[in-house]
Amino acid sequence: MALLDVDDLSVTFARRGQRTVHAVDGVSFSVDAGEVVGLVGESGCGKSVTSLAIMGLLPKQPGTRVGGKAVFDGTDLLQLDDRSRRDIRGRDVAMIFQDPLSSLNPVIPIGLQVTEVLARHRGMKGAAAEKEAAALLDRVGIPDPTRRLKEYPHQLSGGMRQRALIAMAVACRPRLLIADEPTTALDVTIQAQILELLKELVRDSGTALVMITHDLGVVAGMCDTINVLYAGRVVETARRRPLFREPRHPYTVGLLGSVPRLDAGRGERLTPIPGSVRDVLPWPDGCAFAPRCSRRVDACVGEPPALVLAHDGRSYRCVNPAPLPGMTPAEEIRGAVPTDATPGSVPAQAVPNDPPAVPGLGPAPREEDARD
Amino acid sequence: MTENEILVEVRDLKVHFPIKRGVLFDRTVGHVKAVDGVDLRIPRGKTYGLVGESGCGKSTLGRALLQLTPPTDGEVVFDGVELTTLPAGRLRSMRRRMQMIFQDPMSSLDPRQNVESILTEGLQTHGIGGNRDERRKIIGETLDKVGLPRWALSRYPHEFSGGQRQRIGIARALVLGPDLIVADEPVSALDVSIQAQVVNLLDELQESLGLTYLVIAHDLAVVRHISDTVGVMYLGALVEEAPSDRLYSEPLHPYTRALMSAVPVPDPDVEDRRERILLAGDLPSPANPPAGCRFHTRCPWAQPTRCADERPALREIGGSRVACHWAEQIASGELRPHKVEVQITRPLDEGEDPHAVSAPSEPGSYV
Repeated sequence: MALLDVDDLSVTFARRGQRTVHAVDGVSFSVDAGEVVGLVGESGCGKSVTSLAIMGLLPKQPGTRVGGKAVFDGTDLLQLDDRSRRDIRGRDVAMIFQDPLSSLNPVIPIGLQVTEVLARHRGMKGAAAEKEAAALLDRVGIPDPTRRLKEYPHQLSGGMRQRALIAMAVACRPRLLIADEPTTALDVTIQAQILELLKELVRDSGTALVMITHDLGVVAGMCDTINVLYAGRVVETARRRPLFREPRHPYTVGLLGSVPRLDAGRGERLTPIPGSVRDVLPWPDGCAFAPRCSRRVDACVGEPPALVLAHDGRSYRCVNPAPLPGMTPAEEIRGAVPTDATPGSVPAQAVPNDPPAVPGLGPAPREEDARD
Repeated sequence: MTENEILVEVRDLKVHFPIKRGVLFDRTVGHVKAVDGVDLRIPRGKTYGLVGESGCGKSTLGRALLQLTPPTDGEVVFDGVELTTLPAGRLRSMRRRMQMIFQDPMSSLDPRQNVESILTEGLQTHGIGGNRDERRKIIGETLDKVGLPRWALSRYPHEFSGGQRQRIGIARALVLGPDLIVADEPVSALDVSIQAQVVNLLDELQESLGLTYLVIAHDLAVVRHISDTVGVMYLGALVEEAPSDRLYSEPLHPYTRALMSAVPVPDPDVEDRRERILLAGDLPSPANPPAGCRFHTRCPWAQPTRCADERPALREIGGSRVACHWAEQIASGELRPHKVEVQITRPLDEGEDPHAVSAPSEPGSYV
């Protein structure tokens, strides 16, 4: 039983006279206790909205609709009323935001902001709470914590502010921590400090961490399982090593190919993904990535690609995935199938509950539609 | 290297910004030494990359090089012409040959000008192309170079995606046929998949047009990818300068080592194996930089002698230039890193409490 099970989460923003935006469109993933799960994607892929929806932090406006389930330890977070949600938020599930200056209250001293959490959830008061707050600040590596308690956010540097925010998040030893781009606003050397701190916290306390980021390097160093998002859907899920070693979804392949690496030589050509993030096909009409995809076949358009489950917890949403290094011949057959099919017909892999029609596929991945 | 191969030479460049206090009578109470004595040379047709964390003065250096921010002291020689003493009119005509690409393409393009007008403005200012048709021809060729369609001419910046806007910014710089392009964080506002397109474009343009670049960025991986030589800045000064491959394989300055080890690499095997040098604390305030070596407050290799009281100059060690007293000993492993106590650093001009202020570095600073 996973600690957090997000199932078919969808968030739509509708406005009168405007096109409805499907910011998150059927996202499913699960987080086990003590696991670090990454949500990776570019701007607009729905990674932040996913986290806000799980935390119940989306603004309550007419037109904003959240569907699906987010089961945390047996309770569906999306169905909770405000009161019980506030009980869980901060105590069992906590969040770290991207910009520490705008998520800390500028007119309240740091100490008060940390003790507020302690008073609300752990019933601590006065000197005891202050002592605990100082201990927390000390734990996240803020020097001279008792004096820092009386200071205001603007008196601290960016890295220290982020540490204070982390102290608030871990104040009640939450079982799940959601970090939304925790290091994007920071310099590299400070980023390294904060990542190291998060790793330590996860290791020492067994907290599960959902890491939301656009930086593949951060993910490579931290996460156990990685979900790659594109246009509101998870397009590939894999363990850390397989994802980087043999990415299957063309978008993942493209992302890895377009990041300049520090250990690559000068002038090595990058292989960018053509087009821009705005060239998106609506999912019901086919694969959203199809307009930018180099492995596009006829079957990509017309019907949304189903989630293909492979072995070892891998899954990808693609009808013509990138070949595995050792499996080229079989992959050629697989690649040929959708093209040979008459346009508009459903390719073998997209049929729900249908065994693969292509013989001779390596270690026979079990394929089924995971969504319905 | 002969004189002719060097396009830009910067000698002991300083840019100091005064800190003013008081309502009626502005008093100068100190200086932020954004750039404090930088020497560098950029050979023709090559790329010089400038890296450093925010607040290290890399952007100010780029702007001072183009005389967009007047330097306090020092010389900038561009193709044999000293720029700092050049009269305004001559400087203006000189600017045709040195152009800039800015970080945020949305805020550096006028939203009320269409692309044609954006690109024509520079041509008119410098009197290139006699009439409208001639200018149109030049603009059309430039659009082809940066990979934008011709129909873009009548469109406005908001109609383009981030990557395309950055292409417009590049086209604006290219249309005048410059020799030098200063690119200040050219890709950091773009999405990962778009970054690669722009980086490749810059590479192609350099190859076909023989441009010289000064690329300023905080992303070491990007800088290493497009630069021939990389300079690492810390608190207003260069701490190390080396060919980009060498800088990566053999970083000599402790700060460069820490910086290199802090950059995440998208490869789990590399990430698990590599040794991390975590720096303690934050960048000190450039208004009140530490005496001696600027880096000694955070340096894991800092020694009790020399580091705190003698400012190291850049010196050559096997192809690199390094500003560290102990570079050889650190490279040979003779000196071992030690733990550094975190010193609290105040954001610039905020919340300086009486205890935290050290002795003023010059008379009159910090009242």
